[in-house]
Amino acid sequence: MITKRIIPCLDVRDGRVVKGTNFEGIKDVADPVEMARLYNAAGADELVFYDITASFEGRALFTDILTRVAGEIFIPLTVGGGINTLEDFDRVLKCGADKVSVNSGALKDPGLIPAAAQRYGDQCVVLSADVKRVNGQFRVFAKGGREDTGRDALDWISWCAAHGAGEICLNSIDTDGVRNGFDLEMLDAVAARVNIPIIASGGAGKKEDFLELFHHKGIDAGLAAGIFHQKLLGIRELKEYLNANGVEMRL
Amino acid sequence: MIAILDYGVGNLFSLRSSLQQLGLQAVVTADAAAIRAADRLILPGVGAFGDAMAKLTATGLVPVLKDQAEQKPLLGICLGMQLLFEKSYEYGEHAGLGFIKGEVCPLGPDLADKSLKVPQMGWNALHIVKDDPLFRYIREGEYVYYVHSYYGKNCTESTLAVSDYSIPVTGAVRAGRVYGTQFHPEKSGDTGLRILKAFSEL
Repeated sequence: MITKRIIPCLDVRDGRVVKGTNFEGIKDVADPVEMARLYNAAGADELVFYDITASFEGRALFTDILTRVAGEIFIPLTVGGGINTLEDFDRVLKCGADKVSVNSGALKDPGLIPAAAQRYGDQCVVLSADVKRVNGQFRVFAKGGREDTGRDALDWISWCAAHGAGEICLNSIDTDGVRNGFDLEMLDAVAARVNIPIIASGGAGKKEDFLELFHHKGIDAGLAAGIFHQKLLGIRELKEYLNANGVEMRL
Repeated sequence: MIAILDYGVGNLFSLRSSLQQLGLQAVVTADAAAIRAADRLILPGVGAFGDAMAKLTATGLVPVLKDQAEQKPLLGICLGMQLLFEKSYEYGEHAGLGFIKGEVCPLGPDLADKSLKVPQMGWNALHIVKDDPLFRYIREGEYVYYVHSYYGKNCTESTLAVSDYSIPVTGAVRAGRVYGTQFHPEKSGDTGLRILKAFSEL
């Protein structure tokens, strides 16, 4: 049967991988190409690269890194960060990305989702949503989690799923970086609304968190960054643990 | 030399890179002479069947492909595999290349477990039904990467391998020198590379 997926996420700024806690206090970790090799060898099922560079030079560096990774690592690669137009889709797909993750770009122009799906296929379009509880409601945030859009997250995600998003990467701002488990309540709420694959992000601290995650129906993949980068949890060790506990993994 | 048929669909970066990684010479081309000169062919594809078939037909390469497939190994990947079938029911009924007996049907209505998602997106174990030189370098049950909403059906005599998605989903097919994989070998890590290596030695 189809396996659950374990996905390390690499936030890249000026050619280096960084990882923040609650989106603040970013610190440098390592070289992205080297890290991609290590994760591939450890059995990562997919890799996600987020370009968090603001400068033109940084963007060129990111494209170069992506080309190098895609040239030697043959597992699915998702790329996000700064995707605002179809030209941005084109730019990263030409460098070897398989899927493109859109976040703020889709909030600014929701038409980007159906337009990209039409041109590249649903399987290529990943909606990334940063979600936080505000007054008892799940709200979508823009600009790396800094700006409350006032939009209901469940409505937004459902709309995108119905208009061409092929996968959802749900990042809970409430649990991000806290390492006390995924936001299962938020994930369940989303899984009840959509029937496309869901990648859970934000809050993984230990292997038991992933086991609990995959006991929840409708969750297809678990994504994490810091705990993998800082070697607090090895991907192979995690996958062996999950497999031994009844969650089918690619080993 | 492997000719990768370029008919304007799909992203060929990974396919080209993976062949390069294996030290194989490959050319992305829509030129009939280059296709005739190659010693094997790959038919890639992403997107919808009708649209892809129309684009392939528009290149004028269909007769070349039909003629060349009798003389050298051909590998269709993902939608490229589906195009090898007689017909597809993706948004209407469309004729395919007809190398593989059977048809391409939507996965959703046939699934025994309706809670499974469509597309099937992710890694699934490949179960070998019929041993073949294509599997020379892999073992039974290795994982390969799928992304698809339609699948090859009523093709028992051509089926080489399947994956379990509450029903056996056609994973690899063969008729004569024509091969197809529903999964993406160029995205299936080391396992995929070993399948491509075996194809290059057929």
